[in-house]
Amino acid sequence: MQLESLYQEIILDHYKHPHGRGLRDPDATGARVAEAHHVNPTCGDEVTVRVATDGEVLHDVSYDGMGCSISQASASVLHELLVGRGAGDAFRVHEAFVELMSGRGQVTPDEDVLGDGVAFAGVARYPARVKCALLPWMAFKDAAARAGVGVSPTEVEA
Amino acid sequence: MTSIAIPPGMPQYDDVPRYDVAKVRADFPILDREVNGHRLVYLDSANTSHKPRQVLDVLGEHYAMHNANVSRSVHTLGTEATEAYEGARAKIAAFINAPSVDEVVFTKNSTEAINIVAYAFSNASLRPDADPRFRLGPGDEVVISEMEHHSNIVPWQLLCERTGATLRWFPVTDQGRLDESGLQDLVTERTKIVSLVHMSNILGTVNATSRITARVREVGALLLLDCSQSVPHMPMDVVDHDADFVVFTGHKMCGPTGIGVLWGRGELLAAMPPVLGGGSMIETVTMARSTFAAPPARFEAGTPPIAEAVALGAAVDYLAGIGMRAVQWHEKELTAYALDALATVPGLRIFGPTVPVGRGGTISFALGDIHPHDVGQVLDSLGVQVRVGHHCAKPVCTRFGVPAMTRASFYLYTTTGEIDALVAGLEQVRKVFE
Repeated sequence: MQLESLYQEIILDHYKHPHGRGLRDPDATGARVAEAHHVNPTCGDEVTVRVATDGEVLHDVSYDGMGCSISQASASVLHELLVGRGAGDAFRVHEAFVELMSGRGQVTPDEDVLGDGVAFAGVARYPARVKCALLPWMAFKDAAARAGVGVSPTEVEA
Repeated sequence: MTSIAIPPGMPQYDDVPRYDVAKVRADFPILDREVNGHRLVYLDSANTSHKPRQVLDVLGEHYAMHNANVSRSVHTLGTEATEAYEGARAKIAAFINAPSVDEVVFTKNSTEAINIVAYAFSNASLRPDADPRFRLGPGDEVVISEMEHHSNIVPWQLLCERTGATLRWFPVTDQGRLDESGLQDLVTERTKIVSLVHMSNILGTVNATSRITARVREVGALLLLDCSQSVPHMPMDVVDHDADFVVFTGHKMCGPTGIGVLWGRGELLAAMPPVLGGGSMIETVTMARSTFAAPPARFEAGTPPIAEAVALGAAVDYLAGIGMRAVQWHEKELTAYALDALATVPGLRIFGPTVPVGRGGTISFALGDIHPHDVGQVLDSLGVQVRVGHHCAKPVCTRFGVPAMTRASFYLYTTTGEIDALVAGLEQVRKVFE
């Protein structure tokens, strides 16, 4: 296995220059705000993701945490991909990312849906690191559910 | 290189016990394999050690030729299996200088061994007629340290929750040593047991226990030493250490997984109520009640890990054949070499003692602010296997203000060439992330 397939330039860029890092209070009054704190008990990585929404659009997805390059870059990509999206749209991106990470490297990602997230295709071949990449996405899912927007697959299907 | 002449009559440099590392390496089949296109560089022996052919052969041979249940059969195979199992117990007793073979209780691992003691306290606390040394309640105290593995923290937290006793602990100094300055106030007449790690699995610190032992004796408490990281790497004499309980695990000392040891003073084991109930641990059973076998059987309910115990006996033979003094010396030299070598890596910070005194061959570090997961991943791509994470010692990570550490750990088969490979690998890590 080649290390470059794991540490794509895009991932290292997001790690060294994270987008939208830091937990923010919403600008708009009346927005629903909720957050979730997730930890990876095996390595001690942690991330807090905060979602601000009016129930239709995700006005902000902010985050803070400490962890490895994969988890931190993944949070940066999450922010970039989901801010300003409609909840349903965000769910489709979330589902595509989870599918990519669960695919053991056999899933071809759609750049139109996942943007910089396609760089994580190589991570899916490293089972020990999949959890790192998914950590902010799982925290986002919980935060969004707490903010009243159903982005988890089960809630959307229901 | 300057050489210093040691005055005649003093121990000379070559007097130290030595062995042929290349010959030892040839005993470990796994050391021949490649990882990601590179020669395997295994620096994770504190996590689990590799197994020499001598141990693997005994494991296979037991199942192939002597397989039967122990302590219950009159047939030949059962007798052979029982003799092999009890023979292994005797080898382990000799290895740690236990005064009696019956003081060696086979467990699954160190974690189970510590839990047996903790649950014995728990069970005794429910019985008014139990030995008062094992009875715990509000006002009583259990003392551990901040450098414990989770296996020597959580069982005592749970015990204190069940009994209302209070958990207290020794702090750790900035240098990664046990802070004994508060010993007199920490270990008092309220203390029922002190459970302390002998060698830290994360800092590498080897604790000098004599002052603590003296204080424990003064206040009439009990002392358990978690020797998971020390018994594999240095000579252990339980009499000399004057502990009440010593625990260790087989897989870190060239043995298989699934087998560990609780050594306890015979008189104390005899005073302890059983923990797991079942076959083999009884004296007699009626429908209403049971009486229990003497130790060690009292604490070995059910069919034990027989082949694993026999193979651990073979591991002890293997280590004793090389000599634990020689193993200890080899690792001391490696540790001195590694501490010097790691000091040359820019931005590297060692957690724990930075001199090869009072420490073993387990070195944790940070490389700048690069996350240990990333350090470990790049090293793995070069065949270098280190452990990353909190090492089941989260309080130590918290103490030093980091979420995780990278750890390199050595054993009798480790070479200075492998330490060089680590240092070269760390240079590669810096290139990727800085």
